[in-house]
Amino acid sequence: MSGFSPGFRGRTHAFEGRLPPGQYPTESFPVLSAGPTPHVPTEDWSLTVTSETGESRTWSWEEMTALPQQHPTVDIHCVTRWSKFDTRWSGVGLDTLLEQVESDAGFVVAESYDGYTTNLPLEDLTGNKAWLVHSFDGYPLAPEHGGPARLLIPHLYFWKSAKWVRALRFTTENEPGFWESAGYHDHGDPWREQRYWND
Amino acid sequence: MNQLSVPHLDGNVLAGPLADVFAVDPTTAWHRCPTCRMPSSIGELHVYGTGPGPGLTGRCPGCADLALRAVAQPGHLWLQIGNGAGAFRFPLPHSAR
Ligand SMILES: [Zn+2]
Repeated sequence: MSGFSPGFRGRTHAFEGRLPPGQYPTESFPVLSAGPTPHVPTEDWSLTVTSETGESRTWSWEEMTALPQQHPTVDIHCVTRWSKFDTRWSGVGLDTLLEQVESDAGFVVAESYDGYTTNLPLEDLTGNKAWLVHSFDGYPLAPEHGGPARLLIPHLYFWKSAKWVRALRFTTENEPGFWESAGYHDHGDPWREQRYWND
Repeated sequence: MNQLSVPHLDGNVLAGPLADVFAVDPTTAWHRCPTCRMPSSIGELHVYGTGPGPGLTGRCPGCADLALRAVAQPGHLWLQIGNGAGAFRFPLPHSAR
């Protein structure tokens, strides 16, 4: 490999059709934060899925990593306008987790160890397009990127892919989360530029 | 839960965005944390999310509890005080971003 990175024009051309409106491609992985980075040892980690009736299921780290693992390679898009192509992750499909709890609710609130929340329609989490991931580029996910485990929902802006996730709660109403209650869009589709509340 | 130190700035970085909707210097506004009871001004808050965004999060310098969120969008500033839900969207003067 030479030390030269490919020309910007060349890369833009190669990724034609994969860059949503208003985005620019980046090769770095910017860290966006809304507070101190929590450090959650895997032995203390768990994920709980709770239905709207209170039924719940909890996985320890060992139990979660023993579930069937998937290795998605996806493009991610941040509302702050960067997009990163072909990011490689490993984790568990959310279908696998959510189907273990019976629910008729249409929405889910993801809750994180740092108090962060984000709201999602259930249909955006099922159908093999959303994951709980614990590794990035072949390495354990670093705390500043949401490790030990975060959501990965690549078809929505990346604030929906909650870092340090610890719970998924089914809700009958669409309950705005941390940024959604402060002006951000409830859905966050980058292809429709759903950045702010009324976009 | 241990916390790693990550970069934050002091609350004076909120002076710019908040000055567009306040008649007085907002960084001198005083606050007593409902969680740890530490008094601080907005200028003393620990502010995360500067630079890349998506919004600014001001936290208590004593216990990191949420004190305010500010999200600037073209033509508007969303401001949420405290750690509940329910932000206010202020119109920005047309000269401001
Ligand atoms: Zn405090």
